[in-house]
Amino acid sequence: VEGLAQSQVELLEALRAGDEAAFARIVDELSPGLMRLARVYVSTDGAAEEVVQETWIGVLNGLDRFEGRSTLKTWIFRILVNVAKTRGVRDTRSVPFSSLDVTAGEDRALDPDRFFGDHTRSPGQWAIAPAPWPEDAVWEADAMRLVRDTVDGLPPAQREVITLRDMVGCSAAETCSALNLTEANQRVLLHRARAKVRAALERAFDDRGPA
Amino acid sequence: MPHTGDEMTCRELVGLITDYVEGTLPAADRRRFDQHLEMCEYCANYVEQMRATIMALGELPEETISARVRDELLDAFRGWKSS
Repeated sequence: VEGLAQSQVELLEALRAGDEAAFARIVDELSPGLMRLARVYVSTDGAAEEVVQETWIGVLNGLDRFEGRSTLKTWIFRILVNVAKTRGVRDTRSVPFSSLDVTAGEDRALDPDRFFGDHTRSPGQWAIAPAPWPEDAVWEADAMRLVRDTVDGLPPAQREVITLRDMVGCSAAETCSALNLTEANQRVLLHRARAKVRAALERAFDDRGPA
Repeated sequence: MPHTGDEMTCRELVGLITDYVEGTLPAADRRRFDQHLEMCEYCANYVEQMRATIMALGELPEETISARVRDELLDAFRGWKSS
């Protein structure tokens, strides 16, 4: 972590000193992840690219005031979320975001009927157990498309978290900081989102019959 | 096998899987989780499928900004530096 903090200080100094190569490096490193997250809020790749561009302009405008209370990376992702949500208000095709508790309500990760009920002989055991998947099936193009489409169809708060954690590769702490979530809520959203993607794959593989 | 008090059920394991892989499960529950996993091939399937799902999510093709937008950003940086 000390090395990370050190490299962050050096990067900040380089950017503030006008080191263009340092700026190009961080743009190249973070833009794919920023594009991914932007697509959660806007409905086209073109609009996502505009959000990312506006984010980097916001980074330049704020760089001299950045105090280092979060990492540079999470600060940049927070700017993107602000830019994208502001734009979302204007973009009628974008998904409305609720300020309500993102983990509220009944949203089971897995159908409760998959397990025997409490008043049976095997309470809590699998009633419909997961069968093994055909080997390497998740890597096939159809499966990968299904994974992407399932993520696209998740409730926005779940989609934000699974995008940052599993697609962009942010840590739990970075994700909480970028999305302003508690650790517990972040975990609940991740749990539900991953379970739904797994369930979508299971349905697809089961429909194909035994391997 | 009948359920005897301290043993983790399949339903409980599925509910705790994210805490397990995130490393936030208390040690006692982690032990119960591991014990259940050793004797339950169905839950082993579930955990294995969850790991495969997470790996697949990480391998989705990614997009980035176009060369034109990248150039515009580098121009903006030069303008910012000289302002």
